[in-house]
Amino acid sequence: MAHDHNVNPNAPLEYQSETGRLNITGFWTFLGAEIALFSTLFASYFALQARVGDGPTSNEMFEAGLVMIMTMLLLTSSFTCGIAIHEMRANNKKGVIIWMIITLILGAGFIGYELYEFVHYVHEGVTLSTSAHWSMFFILLGTHGLHVSIGIGWIILLLIQLARRGLTPKTASKVFISSLYWHFLDVVWIFIFTCVYLMGMVN
Amino acid sequence: MSQQTKKGHFPWKHIIGFLISIALTLVAFATALWTDWSSSTIFIIILIFAVIQAALQLVMFMHMTEGEDGGLISGNTLFGFFIAVVIIVGTYWLMTSGHMHMSM
Repeated sequence: MAHDHNVNPNAPLEYQSETGRLNITGFWTFLGAEIALFSTLFASYFALQARVGDGPTSNEMFEAGLVMIMTMLLLTSSFTCGIAIHEMRANNKKGVIIWMIITLILGAGFIGYELYEFVHYVHEGVTLSTSAHWSMFFILLGTHGLHVSIGIGWIILLLIQLARRGLTPKTASKVFISSLYWHFLDVVWIFIFTCVYLMGMVN
Repeated sequence: MSQQTKKGHFPWKHIIGFLISIALTLVAFATALWTDWSSSTIFIIILIFAVIQAALQLVMFMHMTEGEDGGLISGNTLFGFFIAVVIIVGTYWLMTSGHMHMSM
């Protein structure tokens, strides 16, 4: 830790080195940019929501049960990810790895259901080019799903590194940053669930 | 830092946050599907639930307000949400209120 000054031994591990602390703050700035990215997709979705053309409406396609399963999977994965960080602050490396693996399994389940949903829609004849409404649906949901998929890959690599190097200020700040990313994807999903699915089933 | 003193303690904060999130999700679901209120009333109600749940995630799970940079991070994130609201409301207003027809 030759490069790290201002080490505060009383702070949680991920904040103990200055590099770790700055990386966490920097990542929050990235999340600010992610908020802007998703806001443009939500804006386009809202603007084009009524443009269904000859295609079906949301109401004709969405299935409440499937949406609830996906929401619960992602919400629970966000919770287990939080528990992993709780274990990290108790300096329990094994706990971090176990809870993160549970998080990844739930995340993979979410992606599985999302793929099932997309394939199901395509079989029903609803694709990216059906109407402006469905174009934005697939782009908004696809961008979110891609983020979750990237998150799964990223966290797998981090867990391998964590298993090898153990809990250090460096690995702890990386795991903490990946947890921020994961929770953020659940925050985005809350708005997709509310604005796209629930409002789609109201109309 | 208060977190260090909680070492090994039961994660009450996470469990409470999780239970409230599930409750908000179910109430929003019930409001949207099982009431016959107007869609704009439903939208406002479930959007409030969504904002509460998002705030819960940010503060309880993501520890947004803690640490030396907590104020900076919170300010940055709130500004991000402000930008999001401007983009979404502005785009929706511009694209649906008839301005598009004037130039065509």
